[in-house]
Amino acid sequence: MITDYLSTVDWSRAQFAMTAIYHWLFVPLTLGLGVLVALMETLYVRTGDEFWRRTTKFWMRLFGVNFAIGVATGLILEFEFGTNWSNYSHFVGDIFGAPLAIEGIFAFFLEATFVAVMFFGWNKVSRGFHLTATWLTAIGANLSAWWILVANAWMQHPVGCDFNLETVRNEMTSFSEVALSPVAVNKFFHTVTSSFTLAALFVVGVSAWYLLRGREKRMASKSIALASVFGFVFALATAYTGDRSGAIAAQTQPMKLAAMEALYDGGEGAPLTVVGVLRPEAERSSNDDAFHFRIDIPKLLSVMSFRDAGAYVPGINDLLAGNAERGILSAEEKMRRGRAAIDELERYRTARNAGDTATMEAVSRLFDRSTPEGEAFLRDYFAYFGYGYIDRPEQLVPNVPLLFYSFRVMVGAGCFFILLLAVVWWLNRRDRLASKRWLLWVAVWTIPLAYLASQAGWIVAEVGRQPWAIQEMMPVGIAASKIPSGSVTTTFFLFLALFTALLIAELSILFRQIALGPKND
Amino acid sequence: MKTLRSVFRFYVDGFREMTLGRTLWAIILIKLFVMFVILRLLFFPDLLAGKDPQERADYVLENLIPEN
Repeated sequence: MITDYLSTVDWSRAQFAMTAIYHWLFVPLTLGLGVLVALMETLYVRTGDEFWRRTTKFWMRLFGVNFAIGVATGLILEFEFGTNWSNYSHFVGDIFGAPLAIEGIFAFFLEATFVAVMFFGWNKVSRGFHLTATWLTAIGANLSAWWILVANAWMQHPVGCDFNLETVRNEMTSFSEVALSPVAVNKFFHTVTSSFTLAALFVVGVSAWYLLRGREKRMASKSIALASVFGFVFALATAYTGDRSGAIAAQTQPMKLAAMEALYDGGEGAPLTVVGVLRPEAERSSNDDAFHFRIDIPKLLSVMSFRDAGAYVPGINDLLAGNAERGILSAEEKMRRGRAAIDELERYRTARNAGDTATMEAVSRLFDRSTPEGEAFLRDYFAYFGYGYIDRPEQLVPNVPLLFYSFRVMVGAGCFFILLLAVVWWLNRRDRLASKRWLLWVAVWTIPLAYLASQAGWIVAEVGRQPWAIQEMMPVGIAASKIPSGSVTTTFFLFLALFTALLIAELSILFRQIALGPKND
Repeated sequence: MKTLRSVFRFYVDGFREMTLGRTLWAIILIKLFVMFVILRLLFFPDLLAGKDPQERADYVLENLIPEN
């Protein structure tokens, strides 16, 4: 039974990861291309030039394909919360459900209402109204992202809630703390700016393909002119928000940061590893034996984490063994405190089953922040609740190689995008881009690289949180439903088939539409 | 009433004049059918459905307390 449950947890994780990865293939292009299309239509409305109308309609068609194939794929993730993650859903549904509900009611309907005007409204509504609908569709898509990312950010950094012992639920105490936590705000801007960059690279890449074919030269050149500037600005913004993400992780998820850097021993003036090759897991135990080779930039990790070249950055070993000098509790101590919190839950259950109201009231006071004993218990014990389910400290370390390499793929690709977009903009402005065929091919092949970088970013965010479903509050093993692994395995392959079919449909329709090119009215 | 009629005509004409949109709508409808009918009904039984709030709390509390 225990073996089957472990298998269920692993399959549930694999299924959620696979669903999220496929879902994220559709989302970033919708977020960014919507804004680019709105900018192109703005140029049309301002200039009255029919060229911009034709160009807008072409890119809008590609936006429509991506939007239609991708729409509602995220609903499967919401199904999975109820089925594969029912303990999680009940435990935090009061908080987690609110942003998802707002997303469904407000943002999605804004998007869904105006997308019809966007596609059906040419020649039927005024130019100004049509442009408004296009902008509202783009804004609606990004507002949807806001609420989804608020929910995700809360899992990375749970704030604005209190645990209710009677209902066994975490209940929201401050909506603004949840919706405007620094993690949520930065996550939104990092995700959206990176999605804008991806969409810009998509437009540049497709336009480069036209230039290679000697087709649609004016549309390709003008699209590159707009998208390269747009992409360059937002790629820089992505770098800025990414830097903020690192600093926030240093405060809220130090194990994630240590694993991203394969930093085993903390220290002052910690270096940042630019590139490196990790040794196998069994051989890694300290900074001295973690790498086959590495190239570091001295003190940069301290600067990026705490804006101080001499700041102390804890390593994996510090976070596991503890460091009294730095005020870091050991994992064993956190596990002991977490078990003490779980013991109180058990004492409450036993008392309730026995009708022992005196004990029930005594335990209830421990979970009441307004009482002195409650304030101390919640701070010193319940704050480590999730650690009570951890068997061995090593379970607290996420997959170091996956994080280390994914992070470098994301950052390396991001730096390359900045350079590429700047060079493409410059050469296009000088009317020399069409002759640089090698660069045009690079631009075409940068489209899949942009998707790879975007997925790598999510791997860093989500794998880095492991073993937690909710940071330090609930590990994935407890969050998962106790359902037979066979049914999770079956649905895993069903989703794989469904999403692969959708991806093939999207790519085949997109390629056909790109081959057809813009149409004349 | 006239506004409602023109909104209705807007959508009817829009759907009628679709070209690529027909293919996309077919994909959307097939996808929604697979998701809501096949997957939701057959493979996504909600474990907490049908339980009152107290039963839900008891169910999750049992899962939060490890078996000794």
